Amino acid sequence: MSTVAFIVIAILTLAGALAAALLPRLIHAALCLVIAFVGIAAFFFLLGAEFVGLVQVFVYVGAVAVLIVFTILLTRQTDENTRGFNWSGILIALAVFSGLVWVILQTPTLSIAALPIEALTVKRIGEVLMVDYIWPLQGVGLLLTAALIGGLILVMEEKRP
Amino acid sequence: MTPTLQLFLIVSAALFSIGLLAALSRRHAIFILIGIEMMLAAANLNFVAFWRFGPQTSSPTGVMVAIFSIAIAAAEAAVGLALVIAVYRHYRTTNVDKLDQLKG
Repeated sequence: MSTVAFIVIAILTLAGALAAALLPRLIHAALCLVIAFVGIAAFFFLLGAEFVGLVQVFVYVGAVAVLIVFTILLTRQTDENTRGFNWSGILIALAVFSGLVWVILQTPTLSIAALPIEALTVKRIGEVLMVDYIWPLQGVGLLLTAALIGGLILVMEEKRP
Repeated sequence: MTPTLQLFLIVSAALFSIGLLAALSRRHAIFILIGIEMMLAAANLNFVAFWRFGPQTSSPTGVMVAIFSIAIAAAEAAVGLALVIAVYRHYRTTNVDKLDQLKG
């Protein structure tokens, strides 16, 4: 795990996330969100969880970002007064961030370096998923089906009698 | 010197705060969803970092929780964006300050 890679990925991710939170144009923010998600996937690769990184790229960059862009295009509006900004949000976010950092720095057992591990193969993940996590897996399948049907029903055109 | 667990947690905390900032301070419904997605991604990063730096890396519990969390976040995004479209059809706006019909 190299420090240079960590610093580069951290700067990329946080810059993308800040741009996504602060840019006034919605479509620019959605594209910056993609950069932040790719950075998080790079973090997963750095941590040795390649499968989660790939899932992150497929699901977030491939599906969620495209969904967000489609929604932006479908709800485009002419009035610009949705650009308002609530400045008290910055205070709350800063308070939360400083609180979290204070707690992290106060805990002495967290300053550990990573031990070398054997690579986590997709075969092992598949075994664990199919043996130990079979009921959560079925539950997630049911949840995704329900979300698909619910999303379709929500956006269906109402029939005028 | 290699990055320690602390650095990963600080990056994750920063990402969570940025997501909170987007969810609290923007007036557009899609921005609020973007902020929620960012906070979920920060939580996933924490799960995987704790798994990697933990004493038992042979059982991939943190990785499993992260995978399930990504799946649930995808379902949440789909339903949330469908809600945004449904609200836009009714009220012709996505500004959350204007959606105050239930206000007394």
